[in-house]
Amino acid sequence: MSSPPLAPPAQPAQPDGPDRAAAQVPPPGSPTVIRASGVGKKFVAYHKRATSLKERFVRREAAAGDDFWALRDIDVQIGRGQTVGLAGANGSGKSTLLKVLAGILRPTHGEVAVNGRIASLLELGAGFNGELSGRDNVYLNASLLGLSKREIDRLFDSIVDFSELRHKIDDEVKHYSSGQYVRLGFAVAVHVDPDILLVDEVLAVGDEAFQRKCLDKIAQFRSEGRTILFVTHSLDLIESMCDRILVLESGNMIFDGQPAVGTKLLRQRLGSLPAEGVAVPYDLAPVKPTAVTFSRSPGSPAQVQYDPGEQLTVSVELDLTENAPPFVYLHVEIMGQGEVPIWMMETPAGGISPGPGLSVVDFVVPRLPELLGAFAVNIRVSDASTGQPVTARRFEDLFGVSGLQVAGLLRVDYEARLRR
Amino acid sequence: MSRVADLSTLPPSPPPGQGGPSPAQRPRTSRSGARHVDHRSRAQTRVRWELLRNLVRKDLKVKYKGSTLGFAWSLANPLLLLVVYTFVFQVVLDTGIPRFGIYLMSGLLVWNAFSGSVSAACGAVVANANLVKKVRFPLLVLPLSAVGFSAVHFLLQLLVLFVVILGLGYSLFGPELLLLVPAGVVALLFTVALSVLLAALNVRYRDTQHLLDVALVAWFWINPMVYAYGLIQNQLNDWTWVYLLNPMAVVVVTFQRAIYDPPPGNTTANGSASVIADTGYVFYLEHLAIAGLISLAMLWLGLRVFRRFQADFAEDL
Repeated sequence: MSSPPLAPPAQPAQPDGPDRAAAQVPPPGSPTVIRASGVGKKFVAYHKRATSLKERFVRREAAAGDDFWALRDIDVQIGRGQTVGLAGANGSGKSTLLKVLAGILRPTHGEVAVNGRIASLLELGAGFNGELSGRDNVYLNASLLGLSKREIDRLFDSIVDFSELRHKIDDEVKHYSSGQYVRLGFAVAVHVDPDILLVDEVLAVGDEAFQRKCLDKIAQFRSEGRTILFVTHSLDLIESMCDRILVLESGNMIFDGQPAVGTKLLRQRLGSLPAEGVAVPYDLAPVKPTAVTFSRSPGSPAQVQYDPGEQLTVSVELDLTENAPPFVYLHVEIMGQGEVPIWMMETPAGGISPGPGLSVVDFVVPRLPELLGAFAVNIRVSDASTGQPVTARRFEDLFGVSGLQVAGLLRVDYEARLRR
Repeated sequence: MSRVADLSTLPPSPPPGQGGPSPAQRPRTSRSGARHVDHRSRAQTRVRWELLRNLVRKDLKVKYKGSTLGFAWSLANPLLLLVVYTFVFQVVLDTGIPRFGIYLMSGLLVWNAFSGSVSAACGAVVANANLVKKVRFPLLVLPLSAVGFSAVHFLLQLLVLFVVILGLGYSLFGPELLLLVPAGVVALLFTVALSVLLAALNVRYRDTQHLLDVALVAWFWINPMVYAYGLIQNQLNDWTWVYLLNPMAVVVVTFQRAIYDPPPGNTTANGSASVIADTGYVFYLEHLAIAGLISLAMLWLGLRVFRRFQADFAEDL
């Protein structure tokens, strides 16, 4: 980093209130290069689709039913120069989203607008013809990707050098090893001079040296202010390379914000962090906090991602047996990284009287502070009349708050001044 | 989840709501409903000559790679047909057409180019499934390059035919040779139209290819290539115009007029039927105009269907 000595440490303080700010909005002055609004993608079950004329007539009124929504109502805006990681479990819709943004699949709903030349590395060397030489394939592939002959002539040496295949460039591609094949494909794709690079898991192939090279190239693209969107299962990669993460789950975008927060959420949802709470004398307790959910307002659909300034409702589900105390007292702690309590919420002093069976206690936070991180919840239940503890439970369900700051739990306003 | 952003470079956002804008109010979009704003991204969706040329060159290279005779093989098929049909239609069943070989070839070459193009184009998108599913490029180049591939062969075969005609000492150059220009244009229009249409249909309805194979066999016989045109006229009389609604029949008879030198009186050996359709020019120009209009209508339909279907190619493949 060769920034001038007095540059603000991370990011200049934003003068406006927190409402304006969100990780999703590109920094001022950088135009949106990809905008998806209300994008949904439905796949019709294959066995139902008429693939012959006969079926077309026979099953004209096939019942709609087991259609599959790979994406639902995705809204996303990506600004020039952002590096965005797309993560989620298998089948969560990552690759479908990438293909929709690349213009290969048509969204069933909504609209995608793209501003700039796209290079999509959905598969390296797609369209190579094994019978042709590497040289011919470079010309053909680059031509498919939108380059003119003159441009290819100019870039040819650079492509060959990048692929490190000069000695084989006039051999037929069918005699290449799979690694060499991929290297040539990557070399062509990155030389298309894309404004937007879409990468789908292709970094998983090739040897270590090649992967290193790919990552270096992506880092170079990043520094040149190009927009990069990549799908990967490597959350470490996202943490180290991306400005932003989009987490998909069953076609819904459940998180859009800082990689540090998103990866933590995803790890928890993928089960690499324990999701079950630990109860102290929990099984026998007459009052059990059975679940914690997060939403905007009481009763609205659960969500895990919040922005500073937004309303948050922490709903605690309680299960009371017949011999539960008449008044119970709840103590809720929001826990940050390293088990640091961030804030605490409790029921009024006299306690509440839920009665036997299931009930829900909502804690409504009207305005979230400027936090950055993913947070867990610790719950302690006690008897409001005696003050005796009943049970305690730590929940690993997390919610994330995407503050604007690059790092640090809190954001404060400050000025940097030079004094001599 | 929608937020304010600087979208000065993008058209205004559609109103939020269930399911996005209705198709009627949605602006015209390219493949996949994605709108690509600047010229750099349009280079990836527009059909470019250079790309077309590269694809045709690739197909030629792949086809003749490692074969010693190379391009000469493209003459093998018409030569074989020449031998077989000459034997059948001049020796076994005497059609009474003088210089039958030249008569046959002047119509057959353009028909072969047509049927070869259409047949290859029909499978072009399906054959390139991997590419279509992974790379964004102007999909229209797939059927078009199949047409280009056949066109290259056709031109070379025509050249060989000319050389043979001159070598045998027959006359070739005359004003009628100019008819090749409008006939070639109509043939190209009609071929492109059908190729584009079938390429798109075949992605969704795979029966198209099989249907086409059968249709082409029948279609071959409703062009006057191995029999004299007059035989049809004698049968259909006032209804001959129906026969000529087939643009390929018009193209074939025009090619014959342009290349083949009819015998005196333009009749077969026994004098029962005329060999070529007409010895003037107006007949051909009139019918080419009609065939041209039919082809343009087909082209409009073909492009429309292709544009409509192509957004779902990646999904249907």
